Amino acid sequence: MGRQLLLEHLNVPNIDTFEVYRQKGGYAAVEKALKTMNPDAVVDEVKKSGLRGRGGAGFPTGMKWSFIDKKSGNPRYLVCNADESEPGTFKDRFLMQHIPHSLIEGMIVSSFALGANTAYIYIRGEMMHQYHILEKAIDEAYAAGFLGKNILGTDYSLDLYVHPGAGAYICGEETALIESLEGKRGNPRMKPPFPAISGLWACPTVVNNVETIAAVPHIINMTGEEYAKIGIGKSTGTKLISACGHINKPGVYEIELGLPVEEFIYSDTYCGGIRNGKKLKAVVAGGSSVPVLPGDKLLKTPTGEPRLMSYESLSEGGFQAGTMLGSGGFIVMDESTSVVKNLYTFARFYHHESCGQCSPCREGTGWMEKILHRILDGHGTIEDIDLLWDVQSKIDGRTICPLGDASAWPVASAIRHFRADFEEYIKHPEQIKDVKHYYRLNNLVEA
Amino acid sequence: MQRYPEGKQKSALLPILHLAQAEFDGWLSPETMDYVASILHILPVEVYEVATFYSMYNLKPVGKCVIEVCRTGPCWLMGAEDIVRHIEKKLQVKVGETTKDGMFTLKTVECLASCGTAPIMQIGEKYHENLTCESVDTILNDYKNNTKESISHWAKEKIKAHNQ
Repeated sequence: MGRQLLLEHLNVPNIDTFEVYRQKGGYAAVEKALKTMNPDAVVDEVKKSGLRGRGGAGFPTGMKWSFIDKKSGNPRYLVCNADESEPGTFKDRFLMQHIPHSLIEGMIVSSFALGANTAYIYIRGEMMHQYHILEKAIDEAYAAGFLGKNILGTDYSLDLYVHPGAGAYICGEETALIESLEGKRGNPRMKPPFPAISGLWACPTVVNNVETIAAVPHIINMTGEEYAKIGIGKSTGTKLISACGHINKPGVYEIELGLPVEEFIYSDTYCGGIRNGKKLKAVVAGGSSVPVLPGDKLLKTPTGEPRLMSYESLSEGGFQAGTMLGSGGFIVMDESTSVVKNLYTFARFYHHESCGQCSPCREGTGWMEKILHRILDGHGTIEDIDLLWDVQSKIDGRTICPLGDASAWPVASAIRHFRADFEEYIKHPEQIKDVKHYYRLNNLVEA
Repeated sequence: MQRYPEGKQKSALLPILHLAQAEFDGWLSPETMDYVASILHILPVEVYEVATFYSMYNLKPVGKCVIEVCRTGPCWLMGAEDIVRHIEKKLQVKVGETTKDGMFTLKTVECLASCGTAPIMQIGEKYHENLTCESVDTILNDYKNNTKESISHWAKEKIKAHNQ
């Protein structure tokens, strides 16, 4: 197993308590940053580390921080995006549940770097268990003098709150999250202005993912240069990968970026191979929104090199032949899986979760779901495959936020790589009787 | 409301709707939403538009236990459809319906971020993971026999603290 940072103390009993977390070296980064560094120096360390946003987009964190408007005179805010809702992704929930103080420590150091005196953790409404854990941990941090006024006797003060959402995937998009935090519908905003200029209550705001923020204390402790030595190329550091589906050992794994994909799937250290000795058919490597790839294309790049778990290697070949690291949601499908049916569940998901603001997404996601439903119901035609392609192509890139793209990419990649699966369903509807019955039933109920 | 700056009290809307739903039988009636609007000094329509947007708010009466079964990709891969069918058969309801005794409402939801322990369902605050038809039977019997908490513990605690 490679270097462990975020999950190093995972198996230490009571690591969720302040006392044990502190004994294991926790909150050292707060002491170092607040007592020996200035905010700009913290931002510089994060820039040097090469840390990229772990929520899915992979934008350099230090650069994002440097965009924050320090001249406006308005209060600045740090908001942690803990609205984890991407199918296949469950790493943030895991981290908050088991090592909540790592997030709180990261929030303090990051808020200090940004000059924010108030910060929020926007957590999925469904994750009430983790909400309680975080509230308890925050109370402990206040009691120990790591939150509140004049932290550790310095002139820096910070208030940290947890704020629950109420069930909307779109609120994982940073501007929709801000709208939701303001007590509104989660409709994404047009950008620019970016949140760093005009975010929460029109004030400069940075929104970062849980895992991104939890990585910051490690960067401060070990220095950005040392952190950048972990990983490969521009994919520096460690990454949490949440693996699920037809594998022997589903779970959350911390990997050093650059690990070969084949090793991740088949090694006993990680996924432990495909369940029941079956063959690998397909993988969604970075959460439901990234392109699905057949097993062989996932294991090798278009030039025949072993593919690595890194931002660059997984996307090599572009969308024609590659995928993305995304949020690290790794969904494995064995040879018995119908890619069409799996795609239908994703299409239904995006239709359900579209905020309805942009017509291509609001209407297009529904059309894609209906076409796939028709195919699964035994009434599809070969032309439906082209129609599906046409609809996805008219959503991609034509919406305010990336949810439209996220709904289109799985469809495009499934048709590109698994057209035979679609044709099989269309030509042999008699083989899918039970499916037909169930989907009809479900459709009637929802109508 | 003190968690938000002066004049930004509308930010408390989502948490307050959670509390209101827990206090008023698990759903938000127009009267409840009007009441929330009056607390926050905002227009009722500002509450309606939010309550209709988020899937965790129930806009019609529900049973004592709301069962939410995840059915998106990873859960489907691990047999979520079988779980839904099993519960429908066991409780004699379809998705979206409430049992005649008012005990259970069955809903399907999109991804609960617990894909590694799929298939899963949520009842109140509690996640039930790695489901099988047998484990579902045990879980539902526990709720029916009142040995498990059915509504939001978080909301109950907040209401209790407020009333003290």
